[in-house]
Amino acid sequence: MLNDVVSGVLDQIADGHEFAEDSAVNIRVDGAKAQRRNTKNIEIVTKTDKDGIDVYIAPNTVHGSVHIPVVLTKSGFKDKVYNDFYVGEGAQVEIVAGCGINNCGCDDSQHDGIHTFHIGKNASVVYKEKHYGEGTGTGKRILNPVTEIILEEGASITLDTSQIRGVDDTKRYTKAEVGPGAEIIIQEKLCTHQNQTAVSEMDVFLNGAGAKARVVSRSVAQDSSCQTFYPRVQGNAPCFGHVSCDAIIMGQAKARSIPEIACNDVDATLIHEAAIGRISGEQILKLLTLGLTEEEAEEKILEGFLR
Amino acid sequence: MLKIENLCYTAPGEGGDKEIIKNLNLTLEDKSFTVITGPNGGGKTTLAKLIMGLETPTSGSIMWNGQELTGLSVTERARLGVSYGFQQPPRFKGMTVYDLLKIASGRDMGRLECCDYLTQVGLCAKDYVDRDMDDSLSGGEAKRIEIATILAHHGGLMMFDEPEAGIDLWSFSKLTETFGAISRRKEATLIIISHQERLIAQADEIVLIDGGQVAAQGSQEEIYPKIMGQTVSACARMEEQGC
Repeated sequence: MLNDVVSGVLDQIADGHEFAEDSAVNIRVDGAKAQRRNTKNIEIVTKTDKDGIDVYIAPNTVHGSVHIPVVLTKSGFKDKVYNDFYVGEGAQVEIVAGCGINNCGCDDSQHDGIHTFHIGKNASVVYKEKHYGEGTGTGKRILNPVTEIILEEGASITLDTSQIRGVDDTKRYTKAEVGPGAEIIIQEKLCTHQNQTAVSEMDVFLNGAGAKARVVSRSVAQDSSCQTFYPRVQGNAPCFGHVSCDAIIMGQAKARSIPEIACNDVDATLIHEAAIGRISGEQILKLLTLGLTEEEAEEKILEGFLR
Repeated sequence: MLKIENLCYTAPGEGGDKEIIKNLNLTLEDKSFTVITGPNGGGKTTLAKLIMGLETPTSGSIMWNGQELTGLSVTERARLGVSYGFQQPPRFKGMTVYDLLKIASGRDMGRLECCDYLTQVGLCAKDYVDRDMDDSLSGGEAKRIEIATILAHHGGLMMFDEPEAGIDLWSFSKLTETFGAISRRKEATLIIISHQERLIAQADEIVLIDGGQVAAQGSQEEIYPKIMGQTVSACARMEEQGC
């Protein structure tokens, strides 16, 4: 039975604390398994050599669904977990992860989730991850996710990650090795405020002919927060990669974008676009002419930008 | 009724201050359809921006339905029913056409109603309602959506700044129908800044603005020959100068 604090955090990161009957589920609360459910095609197994789980998705699974939320409620608790996903050939699966920290104490709480995806031929994965922090304590809420992805021929993954509020420090690292005809789409949304810091680093290696990568990063830095992005894409075969980073800065906030695209094949096409700036005055004026106040206009613009 | 009295606006510039609107006086009847026309740089767009509150007049008065607008913010004016369609509308990353039209309507407008506004500006609703309001839209598409926001806002005073710019002939035909319908149904006081003969032909009244002042005001029959006269004389001058 989940308590109210855990249920409340799950509502934020997993859009609810009750999951569809045909979903495989593993809920981790303060470093321990709180709930688990397997399905006919999806098996979740506790690791024996280190903390974490292995998730096996059978080949050709259709409309598979896995929920693996993590909740931290103990102030000062530091959690490091290794989750490996083995997606069989031709499987289609949606994996919903996410971590929420409720820290009402004075000690720092931290969760480092190390996720590795082994995605078989022609398999298709949608991975959604939400990070969220809350609580009245002075202790920091820290999240450092590491995501490694290996895409075999014709496989695809869409990574939809968002960190909207309440996380004091985050260091995110994503690495992908993309095989022939495989595709990775990374959609990253980040909002920092107060004195928070966020660093997002990624390496995408397009190793197979016809490999594709699309990276879209949208971020908002408010108050005195600080964000840094290092998106790096390497084309080692005839491939296509597009990286687009957009950041809105407000108040005293700072944002840096340090992209790198490297073509090691004459038929590799890589593109990078980056823009950092305040909300455009024209956008605000347009919404004022529709009857919104300046605050409402800002809110609507940010809401759309981070959707 | 819109009543503008002794309106002046001086814009600061690198080469010194420039007087854009010079003691302008203009009265427009309630629910009338007026086309404001005149040479480039004459002050037409500035006048519309002064009415909307996007620029602040140096002096003078703008009364809308008996209420002085000059001390009010853009938001307050918008809530009193004053609306203005931008000549070059801004784009919004992540915001859909439906989101923007809902904001314009000021309520949780249904998709069907939203689609109706898009149809009124000559856009195939199902292709556009969920599109992002970003740079993927062409200038003409963004312009028509801009016009749709004014229709959805349903203000008592609708101002459109060169709605024909960047719009193809077929869509423009649909737009003229829409403006005509608003006028016939007496839904709003309509001001259109335009040089388009078809819009001029539909209007109740034409206002010619030149040099920051109302140079002429009257029916299409009265004003149109004057405009054409000026155009012909300007052409003759250009010919004399070998242009």
